[in-house]
Amino acid sequence: MCETCGCGIVEGVRIDGAPTDIGQASSVQGQHAHPHEHPHPHDHEHPHEHAHPHEHTHEHGHDQVHPHPADAHRTLDIRQAILEKNDRLAERNRGFFEARGLLVLNLLSSPGAGKTTLIERTAAALKGRLRLGVIVGDLATDNDAKRIRGQDVPAVQITTGTVCHLDAEMVNRARERLPLDALDVVIIENVGNLVCPASYDLGEDLKVVILSVTEGEDKPLKYPVMFKQADLILVSKADLAEAAGFARESAIENLRRVAPQARILELSARTGKGMDAWCEALEAGVRQKRGRPASPSSR
Amino acid sequence: MHEVGLMQDSLVLALQHAKQGGAQRIHRLTMRIGDLAGVVPDALEFAFEVVARGTMAEGATLDIQRVPVRCYCADCAKEFEPTDLFCECPSCRRPSAEIRAGREMELTSLEVS
Repeated sequence: MCETCGCGIVEGVRIDGAPTDIGQASSVQGQHAHPHEHPHPHDHEHPHEHAHPHEHTHEHGHDQVHPHPADAHRTLDIRQAILEKNDRLAERNRGFFEARGLLVLNLLSSPGAGKTTLIERTAAALKGRLRLGVIVGDLATDNDAKRIRGQDVPAVQITTGTVCHLDAEMVNRARERLPLDALDVVIIENVGNLVCPASYDLGEDLKVVILSVTEGEDKPLKYPVMFKQADLILVSKADLAEAAGFARESAIENLRRVAPQARILELSARTGKGMDAWCEALEAGVRQKRGRPASPSSR
Repeated sequence: MHEVGLMQDSLVLALQHAKQGGAQRIHRLTMRIGDLAGVVPDALEFAFEVVARGTMAEGATLDIQRVPVRCYCADCAKEFEPTDLFCECPSCRRPSAEIRAGREMELTSLEVS
C-alpha cells in the first residue's frame, strides 16, 4: 500500500532485486499519479470521437460552452470484472506455460507453514526425475530464493514491497528469468497469506494449499475461500502432529467438507514421510500435461 | 487486506468509463461482490473513501450488491443456495464441489452527470 495515500498502487516490486515498473501502468500519469479531477471547467471543444456507444446526446454544436445541468444524472452500464486485466495476463501466462508442456503450481499457505522447506525437500527427492524451477514471492529479502538455489534449482525472487499477494503481471515478468525450456515443473511460491492470493489467478495448472499441523484443525473453517479453490491440499509437518495436539481426524473431516473438490495428502518434509506420494503426484501431473511418460532429467 | 488495491483498480476503471462517457462527476458506483470473493464490503467502502478523494468520484455513493453463493449438486442434478460454508446439498447432504456463483467482483454501473 502507498504510504502517502493508502492506495493500493503497486510500488517497489522487484524481481531478483531489480526494480520493475509493475503497477505504474494502471496509474493515470505514470509516476504514481492518482486519478484526479481537473479543477478547471470542461467545455465541449475537445475532440470527440464517436467510436464508442454512449448515452451522451448532442442536440447542440460542439463549440457551445455549457455546463451539464447538475440534475441530469444518467447511468453508464459497465459490467466489467475488476480483475479482468489480471485474468487476461494469467491466461497469457497459462498459454505460455502450456506451449512448453510445463506443470505449474501455485503454492499457497499461511506464513511459516513450510512452503520453502517443502520445495527444498521436493527438489532433493526429485533430483534426476523432474527438473524444477521456482518463482518465489515475499514482501522483502531474497532468503527463500537463496535457499532454493542451494538445492541446485533455478529460482527467481519477487519482492512485492508491501503487496500481500502475487499477481499475474509479476509472474509474467519473473518467468522470463527462468530457463523454462530446461524445466518440467514450475512452482510459484506465493506470499504467505491465506486471504488475498485466493483472488489472483497467476496462470497455474493447480492451486496447492498447505495446512501445517501446528495451525490447528479448524483452519480450513476459518479460511474457506482459499481452501475451496484448492486442487490439492497438503497437510504438512505431520511429524509434529502429536506435539501440537493436532486432531487429525477432525482436520481431515473439515477439509473434506470445506473442500470436497481437493485431493488431500499428508506429509512431513523433514522426515520424508508422505513425500513419495507427493512426488508421484507431481510426476503424474507432468505426464498428464505432456500426454506421455515424463522424460528423465538431463541433469 | 487487498481491498484498497481492488478499490483502486475499480476506481481507475470507473474514471476511464466516466471520461469516455463525457461525464464530469460520478455520483454512484454500483458493484457486485460475491459472498465467496474473499472481499469484505466494509473494507471496500472504507477504501473507496480514501482512494476517491480528489477525484470526480469524491463523495459518490458506493452501492455494493452481494451475490449469494450458488452451488451445483451433480448427484441431484440441481443448483442450490447453500446455507453455510460447507455447501451441502439440501436434498442429499453431500458437499458440493461445484460453485457456480458467488466469486464475482464486478464494476456494474455508474451514475454520472
